[in-house]
Amino acid sequence: MYRIRFHGRGGQGMKTAGRILGTAFFREGYEVQDAPRYGAERRGAPIFAFVRADKNPILERGIIRRPDLAVVADDTLAPVPAAGVLAGVDAHTLMLINTHEAAETWRQRLALPGRVLVLPASAEVEDRAALPQVGAACAGAAARLVGVIGRDALERAIRQELGHLGEAVLADNLAVALHAFDLMADEAGSLTERPPQIADAWQPPDWIEIPFEGADISAPAIHGALTSELMQTGLWRTLRPVIDRDRCNRCWWVCSTFCPDSAIRVDGEGNPHIDYDHCKGCLVCLAQCPPHAIRAVPEHSEQGGGA
Amino acid sequence: MNRVLITGNLAAAWGARLADIDYCPAFPITPQTEIIETLAAWIDKGEMPGRLVTLESEHAMVTAAGAAAATGVRVFSATSSQGLLYALEMLYTVAGWRAPFVLVNVSRGLSAPITLEPDHNDILAARDSGFLQIHCATCQEVLDSVLMAYRLGEDPAVRLPVLVNLDGFYLSFTREPVAIPDPAVVREFLPPFDPGTIRFRASAPESQAVAVLSGGPYSYFRYEMHLAARNGLAAYDRIAAELEARFGRAWPAVEAYRCEDAELLFVMMGSFATKAKAAVDSLRAAGWRIGLLRPRLLRPFPEAAFRRWMAGKRGAAVIDQNISLGSGGVLYTEVTAAIHGQPAMPLLTSFIGGLGGRDIPPEEFFEMARIARDAAERGQAPPPRLLYTADELRETRKLQVLAKVERARLSGGEQP
Ligand code: SF4
Ligand code: SF4
Repeated sequence: MYRIRFHGRGGQGMKTAGRILGTAFFREGYEVQDAPRYGAERRGAPIFAFVRADKNPILERGIIRRPDLAVVADDTLAPVPAAGVLAGVDAHTLMLINTHEAAETWRQRLALPGRVLVLPASAEVEDRAALPQVGAACAGAAARLVGVIGRDALERAIRQELGHLGEAVLADNLAVALHAFDLMADEAGSLTERPPQIADAWQPPDWIEIPFEGADISAPAIHGALTSELMQTGLWRTLRPVIDRDRCNRCWWVCSTFCPDSAIRVDGEGNPHIDYDHCKGCLVCLAQCPPHAIRAVPEHSEQGGGA
Repeated sequence: MNRVLITGNLAAAWGARLADIDYCPAFPITPQTEIIETLAAWIDKGEMPGRLVTLESEHAMVTAAGAAAATGVRVFSATSSQGLLYALEMLYTVAGWRAPFVLVNVSRGLSAPITLEPDHNDILAARDSGFLQIHCATCQEVLDSVLMAYRLGEDPAVRLPVLVNLDGFYLSFTREPVAIPDPAVVREFLPPFDPGTIRFRASAPESQAVAVLSGGPYSYFRYEMHLAARNGLAAYDRIAAELEARFGRAWPAVEAYRCEDAELLFVMMGSFATKAKAAVDSLRAAGWRIGLLRPRLLRPFPEAAFRRWMAGKRGAAVIDQNISLGSGGVLYTEVTAAIHGQPAMPLLTSFIGGLGGRDIPPEEFFEMARIARDAAERGQAPPPRLLYTADELRETRKLQVLAKVERARLSGGEQP
């Protein structure tokens, strides 16, 4: 069985990538299971999608614990623990990273035990949550790495999954996906299936007895104030709002009032300050500021590279 | 037959479409919404006939479904979790009207705390309502079960509403290959609803009422519902045989996977049971004689099938994706009651896992098999076990620390 995980951010088309690859496998006569995985998050938050494909009916379900291929659409996610990019990645796992940097750099930075391949990132874009056709590129590259999916099946899969978006969008996605497919020609088939699991020996689960604890501790109530302060939602940001002090006319209330996360504080002089630990980059402030004093900067360039 | 990759939600919508429903009262809730969105889009585009109406709550939705069914039309609706519970009063009520319709539930754990992910406490809260219950493990089964549910509920010997259950995320948002049967063949399997004595026509107004009754007549009417539900066992077997003959797919009341020569069994329901099948294959490859029993039909409960399959087995691990607080696993209790007092029955061990969508990895299945085997050898069952690891408790501790008030208590320090 092939087990493939796509990691990206909400809005980058990971669900679509999974569906394109799933449909391409299906067209090649495989049994398929594909699904996106998300909770109550929003655009910009880490999400993933997974695809299983096999010649036999698929009995496994849910998250893929040990992928054969992990595709990382957005390299800013690789080091974010909550994104789970590295979960279950072992020497068998092939990593494909959409990045400007070299494979070896990533292999060392993340101490990856297996092979790393690079999908050359497209030219820098304004909003990384809307990387153009990155989902299609990831699906196209993955299809070639698998080695059992033909160019034709990939193309038909994209037509099937994206046809409803109109000819122009379809053409863009096809071009990007087939280009990525061709780029991986030398690596066709470098992704291999693991042998079926035989239960002759296993690590017993570390089960425990949950102790009784009084309702003062064990009721699911949050009594502490400001707990959301501890949640660094700034990590979700793909675009950073930056206030231009010269343009800001210190209206003192517009951006700070509209920010849905109360991430803008106004000081005694009427100057707004953005709390980048908690600003999620929704850019509501940018849209609301009357003198257009807020602009968006790609988080990627702000961070000065992948890590 | 057209085989496509679709989600469990889409499969449920296809079931309703192929069943030629007349009416669908609707109210959205995660992870069910895609079902009614799909039906709404199809009806809007004229791809299927029927009326879809959004109601103001699930309570109203089930009332509307029951009322519409009482006019003799074919009715479909869908909900999940808190929505099913909000409708619970009406589930009992409309079941008593003895007007059949199909309600799909997309399982999701119950509040509090809140989760979006699946377990079976929602659907089991409706266990005694008079709705029959079919539990699905694959997307194909969802589509086929909706069709079977109409046959079952509309059977003159039954005439009760039917709940079809699929797990949130694991089926609702997961695409799998599903064969969409030819509408003409479906029509042969599931002809238009013959409402018989159920009648209410605009041109011939009449009233339908329910009386306040004392124990004698009340017992009679309730027991008649019980007998009708029990008739569902034979009806189900007949319908399943017919579906198999027409579509080539077998959905027995209790699925038995590699059970013939098995000494040990997993017993599970819902989509996680396919994980148990994978574990059966891995264990068999290592020489174990083990299989899986999976009840699809939970109401009426198919005791006879359990007795037949369990006779002569040594041990069984019953894995409940639910918890009856203050008792334990519901399926464990049901299976125990079914085999109690019967000869040559296996020793049952009870496990609770998968609450709130918590994953059950292969190693845990292997370990449950080992525990069930050792218990059978000793002739003594261990206490029920919650599948829960030290790591998970550590993660929970982190959340408790986040809640601050607990932080002080847990670290033994002062409150901030
Ligand atoms: S982008 Fe602006 S409005 Fe949005 S969270 Fe950040 S500061 Fe607030
Ligand atoms: S809304 Fe614009 S002008 Fe007003 S305080 Fe914010 S940045 Fe300055």
